[in-house]
Amino acid sequence: MMKPQPPTESEAGFDTYRRKFLGNVVKAAGAGVAATATAAWGGSTFVDAMGGFFQDHYQRMSPDEIAAALERIERRAARDYGVDIRCEDTKPLPGTVFGYALNISKCKGYRDCVSACVRENNIGRDSQVQYIRVLEMDEGTLNLESANHYYDPETVPSEGKYYMPVQCMQCDNPPCVKACPTKATWKDPDGIVVIDYDWCIGCRYCMAACPYWARHFNWSKPELGPEDINPDTNYLGNRPRPVGVVEKCHYCTQRTRKGRQPACQEACPTGARIFGNLLDPDSEIRYVLANKKVFRLKEELGAEPKFWYFTD
Amino acid sequence: MLRFALDGMAAMFRGGRAYWLWLGFLATLVAIGVLAYARQMQTGLIVTGMSDQVSWGFYISNFTFLVGIAAAAVLLVIPAYIFNRKDVKSVVLIGEGLAVAAVVAAMLFVIVDLGRPDRILHLMPGIGRFNFPQSMLAWDILVLTGYLALNLLIPMYVHYCHYRNREPVLKAYFPFVVLAMFWAISIHTVTAFLFAANTARPFWNLALLAPRFIATAFVSGPALIILVLLVLRRVTRYPIEQSVINTLALIMAFALQISLFFVGAELFTDFYNETAHAASVRYLYFGLEGMNALQPFIWAALAMNVVAVVILSIHSLRRQNRLLVAACVLAFIGIWLEKGIGFVIPGFIPTPLGEVFEYTPTWTEFTVAVGIWALAILIFTLLAKASIAISTGAVRAPTQESAAARPAAT
Repeated sequence: MMKPQPPTESEAGFDTYRRKFLGNVVKAAGAGVAATATAAWGGSTFVDAMGGFFQDHYQRMSPDEIAAALERIERRAARDYGVDIRCEDTKPLPGTVFGYALNISKCKGYRDCVSACVRENNIGRDSQVQYIRVLEMDEGTLNLESANHYYDPETVPSEGKYYMPVQCMQCDNPPCVKACPTKATWKDPDGIVVIDYDWCIGCRYCMAACPYWARHFNWSKPELGPEDINPDTNYLGNRPRPVGVVEKCHYCTQRTRKGRQPACQEACPTGARIFGNLLDPDSEIRYVLANKKVFRLKEELGAEPKFWYFTD
Repeated sequence: MLRFALDGMAAMFRGGRAYWLWLGFLATLVAIGVLAYARQMQTGLIVTGMSDQVSWGFYISNFTFLVGIAAAAVLLVIPAYIFNRKDVKSVVLIGEGLAVAAVVAAMLFVIVDLGRPDRILHLMPGIGRFNFPQSMLAWDILVLTGYLALNLLIPMYVHYCHYRNREPVLKAYFPFVVLAMFWAISIHTVTAFLFAANTARPFWNLALLAPRFIATAFVSGPALIILVLLVLRRVTRYPIEQSVINTLALIMAFALQISLFFVGAELFTDFYNETAHAASVRYLYFGLEGMNALQPFIWAALAMNVVAVVILSIHSLRRQNRLLVAACVLAFIGIWLEKGIGFVIPGFIPTPLGEVFEYTPTWTEFTVAVGIWALAILIFTLLAKASIAISTGAVRAPTQESAAARPAAT
């Protein structure tokens, strides 16, 4: 099982050094083969293709194996998109469980969170995958069936409507994790449900199981121009995904596990989004949970989402 | 043993021009399916009609239906061994051949639906990480594999004994026969639970789902067996008693009556006081927001099943083979529509966020599906060919005793 072990400063430094060293060794070995066998192996070198094929589950990989996997991801991005990215293995922070609260009185449906999320998380541009779906709801009802998914964000807010963004709620009892036949998705100690994109077999049972329609599939290889790529990536988060696997919102692990805000919160012009550590009694989210009338979507299904809505 | 396998295989490929044309026809369809699948592998599942909204489609629909066929193929085993019906015993091996073909096809339908079939070893306990017992999909893989093994091993033992001119020792394989019977029920129950487990999808999240699946399997399975037996009676010299067909037709009649009752019970619950949970049913039968792609299919299915149940329930009609064939064809297609596309797809419409987004399968999906069905028929043809050759004594181990050919097959 996953142990929360954030690296200390010196460990992190050593890890980086070792990764560079190992990376150079692999690069040197790879270059030899690449000279004779390019273009084949799905645009990958023979060494990388084999390395990818035999790569173990994230939770079973040794630090060396993870380092090798990260190097492979960086090389693949350089080959596929012509961009030098940095891919790290960001571990969950100790004593942290992330939660989200959203003020639906403030949300005006501008969808700035959606576009920020797409840019931050290297989501394919043509596929129309978006981790956040903002629903335009009729005043006076919580009925999702009457929600408008495709309203024009230029003309909001509309009369008689309110706006409800929905994204992965990082359930405490996640039905998607239970469904996965290969344990390719799991709940990390900071409460975030993550996916090992290199382990997922693409059966999409998790998508059938999710009550919030939070999971999305790469029906084709994500289309990203070199200028679209956000080069600061991590293994379980926003690195470019392969074709044929499932992805979803991960509360921007590449940012939040380093003490930054998720991109959606940063982009929100109305201040509707409150993100923080549920275990910290002084956090803003704990204040909201204690002092506002909060509710959760489809709470009756028992998935225990860690995403609350509230009004002023 | 090697001899047995070689002789069996030789028997599979011994036949007249019509037989070879039939094999060639099926092989061509398989090849076309492989080509379509190769294209899908190259581009990704984008070549299908599936989407984030409707994330399972034609492939999983066929999978669901075929698990039912596989389960019901062993149905013949129950009267044969429990009630010691000699006439049924003679065709039990045909049923198990059908089960093998159906399980293989069902598994292939899941494999072609995978986004990353290259990672299939991640499912192997040990090498991979198998999420057992949490994931219902893990259960399904386990029970289907076990079922395939049972349906290969039991007939192999029986055929081997016949090949060696021995009477199979009932005590040796009867426990496995009993196991196969319960296992047959389990594969379809687990497949129903795979869907019923999803609280996110009220259309599937029903206790009645597993009973409905079993009931419809006991319609589509016997329908197929009856049709296959009638064909075999015509093209081979294999002895198939009318009494077997009558028994199967009667089982079908009861099962279809129960199935239709279940449909009625669900429609009552959904529509007497209609809730948001009935949205998928409303979409299926009447359409939602002006979209109603499945409506003609589900009404056609209902009509076919009603006509079939009338034929099957009236003794004088059921006993006419021509009408019986019509009922079997109608019920087979009716259940395929109801339990395939009429069951899997509406589970996704509307989405959990209330979006109505339709699905239409593409030519790639059709072609791949036809390829898999053709492969299943090919597998069954070859198995049946070998089985009949051994059972009728045409293929025997070369020993002195075999000179005295056995009079009747068991």
